[in-house]
Amino acid sequence: MKQFFAFVAKEFSHVFRDRKTLLMLFGVPVVQIVLFGFALTNEIKNSSIVIVDNAKDMASQQIITKIASTDYFKIKRELLNASQIDAAFKSGDIKLAIVFPENFYTDLLHTNKAQIQVIADASDPNTGTTLTNYVSGIIADYNSQMNATINVPEQINLDVRMLYNPDLKGAPNFVPGVIAMVMLLICVMMTSISIVREKELGTMEVLLVSPFKPLYVILAKAVPYLVLSLVNLTVILLLSVFALDLPIKGNIFLLYGVSIMYIITSLALGLLVSTGAKSQYGAMTLSLVGMMLPTMMLSGYIFPIENMPWILQLLSNVVPAKWFYIIIKDVMLKGLGFSYIWKETLILLGMTIFFLTLSLRNFKTRLE
Amino acid sequence: MTPIIQLIILPQAANYTIRNINIAVVDLDRSSYSAKFVNKVLSSGYFKLAAFAPSYKEAYDLIEKDKADIVIEIPHGFEGKLNSENNQTISLDVDAINGVKAAVGSGYLTNIIQDFNSQIRLDWVQPSIMNQMPTIDVASSNWYNPNLSYYLFMVPGILVLLVTLIGGNMTSQNIVREKEMGTIEQINVTPVKKYHFILGKLIPFWVLGVVVFTLGLGIAWAVYGIIPLGSVGLLYLFVSVYLIAIMGFGLLISTYSETPMQANSLTFFFMQIFNMMGGLYTPIDSMPGWAKVITELIPISYFIEVMRMIVIKGSHFHDILPHILIVLLMGVVLNTWAILNYRKTT
Repeated sequence: MKQFFAFVAKEFSHVFRDRKTLLMLFGVPVVQIVLFGFALTNEIKNSSIVIVDNAKDMASQQIITKIASTDYFKIKRELLNASQIDAAFKSGDIKLAIVFPENFYTDLLHTNKAQIQVIADASDPNTGTTLTNYVSGIIADYNSQMNATINVPEQINLDVRMLYNPDLKGAPNFVPGVIAMVMLLICVMMTSISIVREKELGTMEVLLVSPFKPLYVILAKAVPYLVLSLVNLTVILLLSVFALDLPIKGNIFLLYGVSIMYIITSLALGLLVSTGAKSQYGAMTLSLVGMMLPTMMLSGYIFPIENMPWILQLLSNVVPAKWFYIIIKDVMLKGLGFSYIWKETLILLGMTIFFLTLSLRNFKTRLE
Repeated sequence: MTPIIQLIILPQAANYTIRNINIAVVDLDRSSYSAKFVNKVLSSGYFKLAAFAPSYKEAYDLIEKDKADIVIEIPHGFEGKLNSENNQTISLDVDAINGVKAAVGSGYLTNIIQDFNSQIRLDWVQPSIMNQMPTIDVASSNWYNPNLSYYLFMVPGILVLLVTLIGGNMTSQNIVREKEMGTIEQINVTPVKKYHFILGKLIPFWVLGVVVFTLGLGIAWAVYGIIPLGSVGLLYLFVSVYLIAIMGFGLLISTYSETPMQANSLTFFFMQIFNMMGGLYTPIDSMPGWAKVITELIPISYFIEVMRMIVIKGSHFHDILPHILIVLLMGVVLNTWAILNYRKTT
């Protein structure tokens, strides 16, 4: 037992010696939380737009004022005519153009109908659609203002309630994903590199001929990263609760419990990677390209899975992070208990056993 | 090669178009109006019916189980009361963990309900009363991307990512590996000048970067049918300048690392910041002031913007001149810093 702790201590000192890697291990989650929490958002606002006002009458001025007063738009310039719109778009930052026809207000007064043209830069389809919808909304508002005195019959009202995330913040969606990704990074990449480094330097063989059981060698390597992952998880949770105002709705023990389960799955995966890699560089590449990238893409936290072609949806089932993401969302954000997540937990357990069996098999044949 | 695979697979995954939203309907009215309404919702193409739930509680359960994203509740007596009291309310409960999905989904539903509302009004109300309400119509058009294809938007950006990875990562790895192997010391004792040595390292990678870019353009054309609207020559001009800046960055990292592992960690740390802040996945316009300053300091934001400007909108040289100048400046700064850092003796 004492030997085991000595080995664990050695592994810890290895980890702490490499400051730059520590920077990455702790810096990456902190940076991601800060960025996702405060800088990145899928909301569309502050978009630069141009206006071509051929009417310059009361109605057009009122509408322009209305548009300028929202957070969504920044009126960059007023163009003289519509032919300048293409150049404005091409120059880069203009996203939308609104054109008022010449007799706007007079048409409205006399025929009760008038039309505004909205031209969107649809390079980013979502931005284009959303900005157009914003304008439609503002116009609809203006319409009701004009018609406020008339009693509109057959009115269907809408009562919309946003659950779990009433302010539509981005954080609830991203934080679980950051947790999943960071655990994977630490456990898979660092563990596999650590094991392969011993193989590369030749010290693995020395360890194996010692009376120290090989199983303990591996365990000793895994322990520091298990601890590191839990520390990281705590840091992320603290940041989310205090800096991002994201409360933890569920049982915190359950949260740590399933996290430990996922960490073990990732460690098992790291073990598997280490048996497959021949050099540290190889382990690193395999972890990053083979694990990190698919995890980021297919776990569902940056891009929604249901949008992807079915082949990728199938592939995403193989990614442990996808199941953990669901578990974390359910426990942390929806406050659900174990009865709702037993299926996903079982899947993670199955994956762990699969990885461990595979690596044990590979490990034995490799070094004997 | 992995970049090629990534260029083919990544855009397929990186699709923000919202569709297949699961809805659970609690229809307490079961009238012809409610049936028509549900039909309208389902035929819009954005939604999939998860279930008709007999009660709100069961529908809510579906949200908890992640089987439904939105619950639509039509109250009892909907059709009758709408006709007699002229006022009814439909409730939407939206799983808002994914803020974008929630906003877009409820946005679609709001539009559908307003549409449905106008339809019933026309059925019931005299047209003369309708015409008394002045209304402004919005005629909208989408330029440059009429099919609203997300590929057109993402593929150029992802290509930028790949070129950046190769330029930055490979450069730093290569130099640090020499450091580790000790061959750098051997070169240091030769009369080869510092910058000759560095140039000798950078030029092959620069060529590699341009080759990968060309490959990427080829795939964009072959797999996604993307043909740049603007001048391809302009694209190459920018790539050349950009690579100098990015390789300068890789160089800089290598001067601060002792092992490839460290170089990798540092590169990864900065790359993921660049990735997220570059405007590839989320709009720069929506970022707070301090974040926008950061985006102005990183070269990748300029490249992503230039790519999109030239490929999708067909911008001209004078449109991207400021971008070129800024990236050129960055290249000079980064490379000078790196060369100054690189001491022949340790």
